Amino acid sequence: MRIIVLMKEVPDTYGERTIDLETGLLKRTEAEPVLDEITERALEVALRHREAQPGTEVVLLSVGPEGSLPTTLRKGLAMGADRAVHVQDPALLGADLTLTAQVIAAAAKQIGFDLVIAGNVSTDGGGGALPSMLAELLGVAGLAALSSVQIDELTVAGRVNTDVERYDASADLPAVISITEALPDARFPNFKGIMAAKKKPFDTLDLQALGLAPGEEDARSIVISAAARPARSAGTRIVDEGNAGEQIAEFLAKNQLIKGH
Amino acid sequence: MSSNSGNPILVLVDTSPEGQLRAGAAELLGAAASVGSAVALAVAPSGQAERLAGELAELGAQRVLVAGSEAFGAEVIAPLVDALAAAYAQVQPEAVLAPNSIRGRDAAARFAARASLALAVDTVGIGRDEEGIIAHHSVYGGAYLVDSAASTGALVATLRQGSSEARAQAQPVQLEPLAVQPSGAPDAVATSREEAVIESSRPDLRGADIVVSGGRGLGSGENFSLVESLADALGGAIGASRAAVDAGYVPQTMQVGQTGVTVAPQLYIALGISGAIQHRAGMQTSKTIIAINKDPEAPIFDVADFGVVGDLFTVVPQLVEAIEGKRAN
Ligand SMILES: Cc1cc2nc3c(=O)[nH]c(=O)nc-3n(C[C@H](O)[C@H](O)[C@H](O)COP(=O)(O)OP(=O)(O)OC[C@H]3O[C@@H](n4cnc5c(N)ncnc54)[C@H](O)[C@@H]3O)c2cc1C
Ligand SMILES: Nc1ncnc2c1ncn2[C@@H]1O[C@H](COP(=O)(O)O)[C@@H](O)[C@H]1O
Repeated sequence: MRIIVLMKEVPDTYGERTIDLETGLLKRTEAEPVLDEITERALEVALRHREAQPGTEVVLLSVGPEGSLPTTLRKGLAMGADRAVHVQDPALLGADLTLTAQVIAAAAKQIGFDLVIAGNVSTDGGGGALPSMLAELLGVAGLAALSSVQIDELTVAGRVNTDVERYDASADLPAVISITEALPDARFPNFKGIMAAKKKPFDTLDLQALGLAPGEEDARSIVISAAARPARSAGTRIVDEGNAGEQIAEFLAKNQLIKGH
Repeated sequence: MSSNSGNPILVLVDTSPEGQLRAGAAELLGAAASVGSAVALAVAPSGQAERLAGELAELGAQRVLVAGSEAFGAEVIAPLVDALAAAYAQVQPEAVLAPNSIRGRDAAARFAARASLALAVDTVGIGRDEEGIIAHHSVYGGAYLVDSAASTGALVATLRQGSSEARAQAQPVQLEPLAVQPSGAPDAVATSREEAVIESSRPDLRGADIVVSGGRGLGSGENFSLVESLADALGGAIGASRAAVDAGYVPQTMQVGQTGVTVAPQLYIALGISGAIQHRAGMQTSKTIIAINKDPEAPIFDVADFGVVGDLFTVVPQLVEAIEGKRAN
């Protein structure tokens, strides 16, 4: 079985993330680029399956600019993935979800797969839509936001927990799934893994290699304006001397925040 | 803008597999009616159309389309996508709006891919400029406000639940037939399903005016009753940090933050939450923030309007009593 894991590079959420107000695009230089944690968990799902089913091949796939991404993606190889495919092309600068999904679909077809595993939502303003778009473009079943996953030769299944309902669902392979952070944290790469990663196959493709030529007239989501909101500042801070509860109640009452008072 | 019968905006509303309307329809129809004429689309088993049409007209739908589907619920997503495709062809809307729920965005994303339309996800509202419909986004935890639009064609957008206050006026009931041709696209099947137990006396976390959240500082799931007591004293909803979710104190659906729910209530109270940047990303646009934490260095104090350095196990019971005292007189 071949599993493709969709890895995304994002600015580290622990850092200051900024947007270029001219272009509306993320400023790539400000926060350190890292693998989005949720995509590391997606990789963990694939690696655990390979441990149980040694015939499994785990391929990383990522679309993003050159620069730091190849290094970032190596971490996934060091964790244990078998090989990586990086799609990059100047024409992809500022690509919207639709274009990104089209590119990932073309690459996934070229690689070939039984299962694609993605994160449910990206931390860099992604909207949890890409895996669904991908399933539609590939013409395969999809399961979004799984908080548990069972994979066998023919099917993938899991549980979906929402605010309003819970259900178990199953799909025939090939399929695309996305997972939530209810799934286990990813393993750390060990020294052996880091050394081995240097020798693992790493392919870089551009749009031409995928047979894609995105047209000017295609429908795209475009940013038309961006503005920074003023940062919040700290207000009053007190140290409890035995009556802090009463003081908060005073504050609430003064600000009309106690209903029926 | 209820007399505006041009510029149709197609709105997919959330229904249960039995055909009951779920929360959020009023918000979606309100947002749609603020820029055009709201056309509601619901997917439900047969026999529900008349009732749904009445309920949706009451919430502001000028026209209602009901896609009859017995398969919805068993088939996970195809019935919704097929219904969107059929309704889109019939209505030819300027924009398509769906809830940013797991199912809502799954359906919207698949439909946008199928119809080759631009997609805007997790919007906090829609508007209009000279060239058509625009989508408003609040990104990086509300640090930026970004507007987007479709370069061409209709825009498909999902609306963040609880983000929009506009409500539409009730409309006369207008139910239109809709024939859906099942695409036969491969789909997942639900093997078992249960409705979540909704604590009816408490408001929904999304869209609540008041949210009281607890973190790892609570120390256990049982101690979360302290968070509940304060939430109930104020009539608020309950939230949590990821550490509290990971420790199993509360279910994941309560998580506030970057990878959880984003809230922007009138009042947010953080109990035993350090205020890591990923937690702040989900609550820092709240109007008023109160924090109780025993660590004076906790970053939550950087965004709190009123911060108390103290032990939540003594401060919260006193606070609940003081609130009840104030209400009593
Ligand atoms: C990609 C990514 C996404 C994330 N997404 C989210 C998210 O969506 N939401 C989220 O919340 N976090 C998220 N996190 C995790 C985040 O970084 C923090 O780990 C988490 O918010 C910490 O939760 P906490 O404040 O409850 O726990 P801690 O950081 O352990 O803080 C507990 C606090 O309780 C205080 N305390 C303890 N006892 C008491 C007492 N008796 N009285 C008063 N105060 C007390 C302590 O002083 C401390 O400040 C994410 C992290 C990553 C990497
Ligand atoms: N550029 C990308 N390259 C590879 N995978 C991606 C990319 N963008 C999104 N994904 C995958 O899709 C998931 C959901 O992304 P999003 O729809 O952006 O929230 C992510 O967790 C990734 O697994």
